[in-house]
Amino acid sequence: MTTTAVVRALGDLAHESAHPRAASCDCAPAQVLADRADGAVVRRGRIVAKAHAPDTDGPALTSRLALAATPALAGVLLPPLPAPRSGDPSRPGPAQTYVQGRPVTLWPHGAPVDPSDPDAAPWEAAAVLLARLHGTAPPGPLPPMRGPAKAALAVARMRAARPGDPATRPVLAAWHGLPAWARDEGPTPAHRAGFLCHGDLHLGQLVRHPAPHGPWLLIDVDDSGLGDAAWDLARPAAWYAAGLLPPGIWLRFLNAYRSARGPAVRGGGDPWPELDVPARALTVQTAALAFAKSTAEGRRPDEVEQMMIDACARIASLPPELAVERPS
Amino acid sequence: MMQCPKCHAQMQTYNRNGVQIEQCGGCRGIFLDYGELESLTRLESQWTQQAPPAPAPPVAPQAYPAAPAPAWGAPQHPQHQGGHYGHHRQKGFGRMLFSS
Repeated sequence: MTTTAVVRALGDLAHESAHPRAASCDCAPAQVLADRADGAVVRRGRIVAKAHAPDTDGPALTSRLALAATPALAGVLLPPLPAPRSGDPSRPGPAQTYVQGRPVTLWPHGAPVDPSDPDAAPWEAAAVLLARLHGTAPPGPLPPMRGPAKAALAVARMRAARPGDPATRPVLAAWHGLPAWARDEGPTPAHRAGFLCHGDLHLGQLVRHPAPHGPWLLIDVDDSGLGDAAWDLARPAAWYAAGLLPPGIWLRFLNAYRSARGPAVRGGGDPWPELDVPARALTVQTAALAFAKSTAEGRRPDEVEQMMIDACARIASLPPELAVERPS
Repeated sequence: MMQCPKCHAQMQTYNRNGVQIEQCGGCRGIFLDYGELESLTRLESQWTQQAPPAPAPPVAPQAYPAAPAPAWGAPQHPQHQGGHYGHHRQKGFGRMLFSS
């Protein structure tokens, strides 16, 4: 399996960056943090090496790495370490290292959110970090935030996994009710565009650095760029709307964002005029991935996944006049 | 695995507050074993008895004003955190919180 080779190479790169090659060491063995086609991540001691997706847009990744390193976002985004020295020598290009055709970046290790204790998750910290990111002027040219593209990819994955399956109809209907920009089929409306966005916020995108007691920072800039800041609030909003995230936690997150003067939603009152379209898109994305993943695992969608699918059915049954933004 | 008596699709077992119920994956109908309806009724009455008395409800630290929700949102349950949500969060929701 090539993925094993990638994981081994990442472990070696992380290790070589931790200290000079000749030095004797008592470094902990490599720890695989993720091993997916769109991102393999291996930790060796204080260093984390990431192999990005094989089809990564090189110049876009360079812009996104520069964003993570920009001084204006110190304390918001975890900055990368200098590019690793070795890699695939057959691959041209001065700055970027590749392992099996995949660009590799190095990062300091940070302590993640404890997955066994979501109640202790730093919802307020996440909201304040997003408000600071969204409120920062773009430091240079950047690609579009990839939120709508990821939603479209999820729908394509569902279609490929369950072609023509009637069970997927509510998800597709909810998808087709979205405006073109939210389906990655048109430009984001001017009044929503132009904000610095993370593009893929969830609880796995926060670490404490330095571990274990440093401040929380956002990681993973692969989907970051310019776009509608409300997209970054839309996944928690979608969980709340589906009945999964308790209202108390949702309000803690939303109020912390507003207190930090985040620009994605109006300062008070009902935030749903801004949240509606991105939250519908994230609901579709989550439901579509639930169909794709459960099919790949030979099972039905579980109870939680079904709640996101049910939310799509409610979206699809919504009279068009109740939608804040009409499909286009 | 049970088959739905109405539409013959497979039924899946869920545990709601300690009561096993089967739900059909096709028509979403629910099958209850002997005594399960009574168990659910008993749980419901316990819940009602636990509800605070009508005059002057105390200001609980977890009591939030109703949060605005979209027209397509799930029906809102006027409950504190935990009860209704804890059930889901123990299952797949923990995983969903951490995935793209």
